[in-house]
Amino acid sequence: MSLSDIWDVLVLGVVLGSLYAVIAIGYTLVYGVLQLLNFAHSEVFMAGGFGGVIALTIFEPATDPSGLQSALYVLLGILGGALLGGLVAFGLEKGAYRPLRRRHASRLIFLITAIGASFFLYNLAGKMFGRYPMPMPTMYENKQVFEVFGTSVNVTQLLIVVAAVLMLLTVDFVVNRTKMGSGIRAVAQDPEVASLMGVDIDKVVSRTFVLGGVMGGVAGFLFGTNLQVEYTMGFLPGITAFAAAVLGGIGNVRGAMLGGLTLGVVEAFTVEWFGDAWRYAGAFAVLVLVLMFRPTGILGERVGRTA
Amino acid sequence: MNVGVEKEAGAASGAVDGRPALLELRDLHVFYGAIEALKGVSLTVGEGEVVALLGANGAGKSTTLKAASGMLAPRSGEVLLRGERVDGIKSHELVQFGIGHVPEGRRVFARMTVLENLKMGAYRLKRPDDADLDRVFSLFPVLAERRKQVSGTLSGGEQQMLAIGRALMGKPELLLLDEPSMGLAPLIVRQIFEILKEINEQGTTLLLVEQNAAQALRLAHRGYVLETGAVVMSDEASALLSDPRVRAAYLGEVAEQAEEKG
Ligand SMILES: Nc1ncnc2c1ncn2[C@@H]1O[C@H](COP(=O)(O)OP(=O)(O)OP(=O)(O)O)[C@@H](O)[C@H]1O
Ligand SMILES: [Mg+2]
Repeated sequence: MSLSDIWDVLVLGVVLGSLYAVIAIGYTLVYGVLQLLNFAHSEVFMAGGFGGVIALTIFEPATDPSGLQSALYVLLGILGGALLGGLVAFGLEKGAYRPLRRRHASRLIFLITAIGASFFLYNLAGKMFGRYPMPMPTMYENKQVFEVFGTSVNVTQLLIVVAAVLMLLTVDFVVNRTKMGSGIRAVAQDPEVASLMGVDIDKVVSRTFVLGGVMGGVAGFLFGTNLQVEYTMGFLPGITAFAAAVLGGIGNVRGAMLGGLTLGVVEAFTVEWFGDAWRYAGAFAVLVLVLMFRPTGILGERVGRTA
Repeated sequence: MNVGVEKEAGAASGAVDGRPALLELRDLHVFYGAIEALKGVSLTVGEGEVVALLGANGAGKSTTLKAASGMLAPRSGEVLLRGERVDGIKSHELVQFGIGHVPEGRRVFARMTVLENLKMGAYRLKRPDDADLDRVFSLFPVLAERRKQVSGTLSGGEQQMLAIGRALMGKPELLLLDEPSMGLAPLIVRQIFEILKEINEQGTTLLLVEQNAAQALRLAHRGYVLETGAVVMSDEASALLSDPRVRAAYLGEVAEQAEEKG
């Protein structure tokens, strides 16, 4: 394998991995505040894909857009993804999880509800939008932007990585440097004491879902731009991003980023070396191996409680 | 307000020596499922007072504090702050009424630094008040030294100081303290009680739950004794200190100190 081949694969891996990282944040934030494995987050991602399609279908893109028009279309798609992703996450928390919290339901009930909500949401999408893949409306000419060591990077790839990095920086800032973030971290560590400080747990939980949902939704739009949008599109990226969150240390925001990037790169190399049939095997082999030696993930559970 | 004089003179009346009541609990009944943890607790804390709440393990001391700060909703009975009914208000809203609760076992945010913990204490305010931070650092100089340290790595005594400092950051008028001396060496306990005294002299009212009855009663103006969810005694602190029942039950090992005092 030549150096330029390695770069080819690496670029694919980083693009994929930055999406996984963004989705993984949604899992890890919610786990942090509720110790809940929100398996319906994959459907938030899916909803974001459709959000992008809907936004761009309403404002039909011109056939030969100028640079400025293209930028506006992309922004529109991002907004559509963010909006629908955030909305679904918000509704999920309010409609499915909050009633369970009121009743002090056990973790198992939450888990089953999450899986049920996931089935419900993707079938609802199938019913509403049809059970076939749709392309994202064309927003720009996907030409090469630049080359790294002979590997060409196109507009979509650049867009994905730049948007992902911006989102990751934002969420890191929000969680570690803002008052809202301090509320999230306090609830993750000790909700009872957090409320003694004046933290409204319900509000923090709701905002956490929306934060993760907006990011997951934008990731869905970006993913759909790279490939296509379909009602089942959430499943595999969702599971992989969940694995990424666990790999990095569930509850740990930076861990989710690291885990996502790692699994994206591993996946790209697995496909290159063993073929597409092995696509998800490599990532999960890495997950199992890491957890054998570090059961709390690479960076450990940090936002969440130790117990 | 000097509260030291009246205590010596006062016959125990249950009234708050002419001071307006800051906190009043009336006939509180609190349940954990089917278990009745408080069976009609009534007590009053006057403005500027230090009130000790004593009792054996499981008597319901922590439950009383939790009901006062909104962590638990009583099944019946009333919680009044300055005469206003506040039972049923959730703890995150009740802090706006000027209640600070230092919970049992300190419960600092272990993964946050000392400074972050203190800022969390001011969460209810728009932003932390620098004057409060200075006050906490002057009460507990060790916290200033350790401000960047992750709180989980502090010693037990330092964590207790942090828990108290954190509560002060929310500008409480009434501070509920749940066993601040738990598991600490006598020297540290004495230090913490000195500081509690100072906090009270600066104008904060204290309701102090303690197993360490001798220390608590020496700081307090008045005291209540809880037994299996009910108040069985309430009196001036000095009277409780010399009461044979209290001495037998809670002051066994420090009887001599109590004698000096009485
Ligand atoms: N979460 C709970 N669920 C069920 N029962 C509880 C719970 N918390 C307390 N209790 C019970 O309520 C009673 C009073 O408990 P509480 O914690 O108020 O006692 P305490 O006086 O603070 O004791 P300690 O000195 O050991 O802290 C005890 O019998 C206890 O077992
Ligand atoms: Mg207790």
